Amino acid sequence: MWRRSASFVLDNNNRFLQGDTVTNPESRLLSPPSSSMAETLQNPNPDPTHPISPYYQTRAAHHGVVTSDWLAQAQAAAGGDPDTRSYEPESSLKSAASENSFPVIDEFNNWRKQPDLAEAVAAIRALASVIRSSEATTMMELQNELKTASDSLKSWDMTSISLTAGCDLFMRYVTRTSAVEYEDFDSAKSRFLERAEKFGEISYKARKIIAMLSQDFIFDGCTILVHGFSRVVLEILKTAAENKKHFRVLCTEGRPDRTGLRLSNELAKLDVPVKLLIDSAVAYSMDEIDMVFVGADGVVESGGIINMMGTYQIALVAKSMDKPLYVAAESYKFARLYPLNQKDMVPALKPIDFGVPIPSKVEVETSARDYTPPQYLTLLFTDLGVLTPSVVSDELIQLYL
Amino acid sequence: MDPRRPSRVIDPKVRKVGFFTPGPPPDRTQSGPAATTPTQSPVSNTLSPVMIPPARHASDNLSRAVGMPVPAAPQLHGHPPVDSLQVGSYTLSDSVLSASPTRSPSSRVGLDGEFSEDSVNWMKRNNSGRFSVVLPTGGPDMTQSIEASIDENTGDHVAELPLKNPKPLKAKTTKAERRALQEAQRAAKATAKGGEGNKSVATSATSAPAQTSKPVRQPNQKKEGPVLVSSTLVPEKKGSEKPPEKDRKKEVPPPRMQFDDKNRVEKAKKRSVVKQTEARNRVELFRHLPQYERGNQLSDLESKFFQLDHVHPAVYKVGLQFLSGDIMWSNARCTAMLQAFQKVIEDYSTPPEKTLTRDLTAKINSSVSFLIECRPLSISMGNAIRFLKARITKIPLTQTESEAKTSLSSDIDRYINEKILLADKVIVGHAVTKIRDGDVLLTYGSSSLIEMILLHAHELRRQFRVVIVDSRPNHEGRVLLRKLVEKGLSCTYTHINAVSYIMHEVTRVFLGAASVLSNGTIYSTVGTACIAMVAHAYHVPVLVCCESYKFHERVQLDSICSNELGDPDVIAKVPGRRDNCLDDWASKEGLQLLNLAYDVTPADYVSMIVTEHGMIPPTSVPVIVREYGREHILI
Repeated sequence: MWRRSASFVLDNNNRFLQGDTVTNPESRLLSPPSSSMAETLQNPNPDPTHPISPYYQTRAAHHGVVTSDWLAQAQAAAGGDPDTRSYEPESSLKSAASENSFPVIDEFNNWRKQPDLAEAVAAIRALASVIRSSEATTMMELQNELKTASDSLKSWDMTSISLTAGCDLFMRYVTRTSAVEYEDFDSAKSRFLERAEKFGEISYKARKIIAMLSQDFIFDGCTILVHGFSRVVLEILKTAAENKKHFRVLCTEGRPDRTGLRLSNELAKLDVPVKLLIDSAVAYSMDEIDMVFVGADGVVESGGIINMMGTYQIALVAKSMDKPLYVAAESYKFARLYPLNQKDMVPALKPIDFGVPIPSKVEVETSARDYTPPQYLTLLFTDLGVLTPSVVSDELIQLYL
Repeated sequence: MDPRRPSRVIDPKVRKVGFFTPGPPPDRTQSGPAATTPTQSPVSNTLSPVMIPPARHASDNLSRAVGMPVPAAPQLHGHPPVDSLQVGSYTLSDSVLSASPTRSPSSRVGLDGEFSEDSVNWMKRNNSGRFSVVLPTGGPDMTQSIEASIDENTGDHVAELPLKNPKPLKAKTTKAERRALQEAQRAAKATAKGGEGNKSVATSATSAPAQTSKPVRQPNQKKEGPVLVSSTLVPEKKGSEKPPEKDRKKEVPPPRMQFDDKNRVEKAKKRSVVKQTEARNRVELFRHLPQYERGNQLSDLESKFFQLDHVHPAVYKVGLQFLSGDIMWSNARCTAMLQAFQKVIEDYSTPPEKTLTRDLTAKINSSVSFLIECRPLSISMGNAIRFLKARITKIPLTQTESEAKTSLSSDIDRYINEKILLADKVIVGHAVTKIRDGDVLLTYGSSSLIEMILLHAHELRRQFRVVIVDSRPNHEGRVLLRKLVEKGLSCTYTHINAVSYIMHEVTRVFLGAASVLSNGTIYSTVGTACIAMVAHAYHVPVLVCCESYKFHERVQLDSICSNELGDPDVIAKVPGRRDNCLDDWASKEGLQLLNLAYDVTPADYVSMIVTEHGMIPPTSVPVIVREYGREHILI
């Protein structure tokens, strides 16, 4: 899968992020870029009694529209939520990690803080540093160590599909070849590291690749509807603007975390004509739209996507009006999940701010994402190329089996 | 959940029922004899005009050209050659098996794709050495005569040629040369035929192989043959393996036996063990499938028990069980068959002057054709047979007989374990994740796999309810119902007529499958398609659970072309009713009863296929077939 990456579309100038300034004793070779940032975010869940999916914390932190007050609000709102599936007590993880002799989660968090770095890539980098600092002497030992590290990473945030998928992919990618291939352990280890680097690099480049691939689909004078704040979609639009394409963007507001505001802000900076819609105005404005672009939290085995709440209904409207819906997703978001319907997923909950207090008898649907079945998607732009939904499962099968 | 992809063809406008012409004869072998055009083939004039026989005679010629003595064998013992050519005239397997008297018309259905392909592949793998193997299946007497003649014919060559020429012979004869040789033979044959008809064909045919470089393969047949020879042959075999692999892609799978072709059916009938009388009111649309009177075969076969000594008792037992319907489930059938074959292999000893590889394959072939007469093979059984034969051909010549037998036996065990038992476990593990508290699961008929899934989910203390939909005439669902109720699951039992009523309360539909075809089509018990379509209309996700050894690369658009017909009397009789109005339906002109065994569910109505390789969308079946299909054969 990774070998077939369409990275040729990228020039080599996009270097793999260099973080070689060694400051952190824990990650001896590849330290997180900013050690000052490391102090600010030690623990994503400072208060274990307030469960919020760390995934959304990261997103909120990265997208920075509502960060601090939103977080506070969010924690307050989620305080009484009985469904704490998304939260794993930090202590248990700490113990898992300490057995491991390498604090993979800290490492991951350090990477994660970098706003441009996707969660999966951060996970990959963290796992790479596990290999680097490993004192294992046999292949089995190393693999076990990696496995525990990735398991603790995965259980750290069950709701993040890309984190899980990234860990799985990495394990698969790194350990795919049997140990028999190499005669001695050291060469195998260095080979693993090489691969880990490459994997991280490819994943890092993925966004650029996707942006290049998608340019053919954006034509002059088109109107694009965007839902949610996706860094890939932003990259696509940015590239299109740089290529002097004339297009217009309609942004949905993206309740509850107002991701659309953030995106429209970014686009305005690029001098792209942009218009904001409330989420319920999608059908109203659908006939002036030429195509819909969405990102994805995860691409599942059926070829459908799991994405921010509202994607499904936009897809339905777009389908009924015969507008193409394109999904931009890096291949590390491909996950071995197969939801059969909306309820068939691990719920990722996100508190919603209604502005006014909600009576306690009123129930609030706090699901943060929905599942869009493959028949509503036109194409997927991935770093493996432009794929139809049915190819996703082919890729997954080839990768995992 | 919903249609997987919006627009795939669901209702093909034009249906080709029965006949279809396989494109121009594919060039099957690298030695190029396939150039035989149908018109040149001696058989072609006797063929019905719709059929364009692929150049399977080419293989005949080929084998002669490369030095196969064997195709001549049927002629040797005075079996009219035209007969064998004709019956088998369009599938290779047919020609392979044609000399077998045990082969009955019914065999063609089950055999069709899988079986014949298998022999095709096979033939190519070993470059047609196989013909010789299969022919002796004929029965005790015939076997003797063939073996004798082969040995006479070739014994002397064995001594000289291979020694003279230790390098592969194939490398020596160029394509052009072989073709020339083959043309000559053809001409000889044609003149002979024109002159005296069938008999002379036999003579010319016997003479043809004699002049060619027969011994190439011959040593292969005898394990005890000169060591030198066998060792030189091994590399050659390997070399010849590759090109056919390439050719395989071009190949069109041979069409299967069509039972509305009277000539063929007549011929095939002569050789069958099980006495079949044709049903009187045959369903018009399904004339290409075997339709026989039921009910008398079992007793007939039982009485013949001591006369049929070429069929191993274990196989015989399994055959009778198939016939009487004691073993119905496809996994059970496949396992029973494999275990019977295991016994056959255990009790097998290579006759003197023969190689284990060939003779055992012949033995297996005759057993298979016996089983087919009892009931057409399922696709899974076809795959298993394909696997077994591949294993047999892979046995190195250097292995002793007992080694070979134990390795085969353990291979069979492994197949049953890995492909069926373990696969089932993995599937259960996958499928259970889709059962949640409060679900209402609907299942149709009875599948052992679904039963395991439901019971496992119950063991995990999931709170769910099961709706078992059943249908006449088999009432398989009752078996399942009994088992589930015993374990304390809460069940609802209904008939398929009520499915649209019950569907609105269902949250998941779990279905078993007899086979999954590579366009994602589910080939399963009749009625499955109806369930899937109703579920789809109600937006209920349909999960099909199927082990990947049942996957097949064939594509089928309707359930007419290939199917199995059950006993029409069963639907005529309504249990519990004293006077059935259909009692003497057979005597009524123009009244035909159709009892189909399988139907085909288009992929659009299936949300997910659960295999041991994971949960995949139906569009990914070809990936599994491609990635693992070979593995099934090779393990």
